[in-house]
Amino acid sequence: MSGEAGALPLAAPAVPRPRAWLVGVVIFCALALAPLAVPFVGGNYLLLIGSRFMILAIAALSLDLLIGYGGLVSFGHAAFIGIGAYATGILAVHGFTEFYIAIPVAMLAGALFALVTGAVAIRTRGVYFIMITLAFAQMAFYVMGSLSAYGGDDGLTLPSRSLVFGSAALKSETVFFYAVLATLIIVTLALRRLVASRFGRVLQGLRQNRQRMEAMGYSAQGFQLTAYVIAGAIGALAGFLLANSTEFVSPAFMTWQRSGDLIIMVIIGGGGTLYGALVGALAFLSLEEGLSHVTDHWKLIFGPLLVLFVIAAPGGIARWLGWRAHE
Amino acid sequence: MSGLFIVQLLNGLQLGVLLFLIAAGLTLVFGVMNFINLAHGVQYMLGAYLAVMFYGYTGHFLVAVLLALVATLLFGLLLETVIFRRLYARDHLDQLLATFGIILFLNEAVKTVWGAAPLSLPIPELLSGSVPLAPGLNYPVYRFAIIGSGFVVGAALYAVVNHTRIGMLIRAGAHNAPMVSALGVDIGRLFMLVFAFGAMLAGFAGIMVAPVFSVEPGMGDSVLILAFVVIVIGGIGSIRGAFFGALLVGVIDTLGRSFMVDLLRIGVSTGQARAVAPALSSMLIYVIMAVILAMRPEGLFPVKGRQG
Repeated sequence: MSGEAGALPLAAPAVPRPRAWLVGVVIFCALALAPLAVPFVGGNYLLLIGSRFMILAIAALSLDLLIGYGGLVSFGHAAFIGIGAYATGILAVHGFTEFYIAIPVAMLAGALFALVTGAVAIRTRGVYFIMITLAFAQMAFYVMGSLSAYGGDDGLTLPSRSLVFGSAALKSETVFFYAVLATLIIVTLALRRLVASRFGRVLQGLRQNRQRMEAMGYSAQGFQLTAYVIAGAIGALAGFLLANSTEFVSPAFMTWQRSGDLIIMVIIGGGGTLYGALVGALAFLSLEEGLSHVTDHWKLIFGPLLVLFVIAAPGGIARWLGWRAHE
Repeated sequence: MSGLFIVQLLNGLQLGVLLFLIAAGLTLVFGVMNFINLAHGVQYMLGAYLAVMFYGYTGHFLVAVLLALVATLLFGLLLETVIFRRLYARDHLDQLLATFGIILFLNEAVKTVWGAAPLSLPIPELLSGSVPLAPGLNYPVYRFAIIGSGFVVGAALYAVVNHTRIGMLIRAGAHNAPMVSALGVDIGRLFMLVFAFGAMLAGFAGIMVAPVFSVEPGMGDSVLILAFVVIVIGGIGSIRGAFFGALLVGVIDTLGRSFMVDLLRIGVSTGQARAVAPALSSMLIYVIMAVILAMRPEGLFPVKGRQG
């Protein structure tokens, strides 16, 4: 089958244009230099906020694989964050604090949840898919809230951040910030490779014209489920980082509002470019953070901004900047 | 046990008819215009707040209800003309984003105008008191009134949608809107009408619950999610689906919350049953939705020939 891959009649190449790529480099450089500002503004607060932004950006990137490339609007992506975070927290409580144990276990847990729920969800389309993913996320939310041995609704405090080969280096906010940044860059590059690969092109082909792809012999459900599992594992990786960032895990990590926020980040950025999701996540979170410092009633400004944004810039920031990942 | 069961069944019906009032507009707007309106839940919240406000001005329950109904209808028209009309041709993601912005704004606006503390509306004199169902078992008249009005609206809606010309156009729109438009029907006006009417129904649900639930900012959000569950279970665009879906969700959710412990005690020890029951009953409707969609990916009463 691999022989046919080069002949796929896709409308447009999936790879983001150089301009998008450049924006990515600029963002990563800016983030890398951000800790230099710490002595002048906010101190560790800046690092904490920055880490949180990047962690949610990782989750948004993985969601873009589903929404932008797969056409699968998952309204339950926060569940993967929660599952990764709980896996990390539960392991830590039982004394497994090494990152090389916590990360694979968290990602496997996310992948497994994605595999089981995805196998059912993939059977539906459109809004039915949105709602069934929400349903599974809500189930996970209530299950975590009922784990009385691990704090139930109140959540679970981690004894410490994950260890790196016995060292507590991640305790330093600066080190942790750079660890998150490194993860963000790795995830971005890996997803770029993935969407440009044969797998990624089939996934987009399925979004554009499912019947044609199926007629060519590609199994829609197989490809979409694989994408769902990959996105779930990356979402759980973000969960691992979030648990470490706050040293606390609670069902509040996986509310449907959080899933909604992630979708909003991807849409603001413009789905299907990856860098769009990155920009969208950072824009959404900085606007939220910035406006909430200006006034308590910041949503009075933020809400109409979103409406105006949609009317003025359909297709998100990415389309607005002229990036065209797909038609 | 059986007395409690009847009371909880009635509570379930009450939740069911409320969900139906909200889901009816949502499913029509979605089915006819292919428009995802997250801001439908805030119409419910606005209905409740406006009822409280007009009651404060007039001191008369019925007048307050009528004024609030007119106000929610007008507000629906306003939203449709100013914003939503521009979004019908957009893809669903743009619609999600814009209507999410409206939720943020209106929730905060309500909090700014009326405060964050819950408000309430007194039950009108005429509908206060309760009905004895059995010796020692009473059920409030007002709750019967909610159930009754929900069924009346449901019946009226059924009659309009199935036996009038406008209803025929709505059904035709849910099947194939471009074709209806091509046949010379002013689809823009039809959309506006359906939208405003759906908004008013959601507002009506909010008005009716103002005396029994607390009226607070964000009260529309969780209801919105439930209404989406309902229309997806019922099949998008189907009023009949919304009706049965709403009753199913209302009754199962309410009974699940009341009797899950008893049900589980059949299988496991009381302690274990108490530990898992709250989570299990909360997720019950989601489990049912997942099972229904796994077996029937387009809901229980799919609208035949509907695209997307």
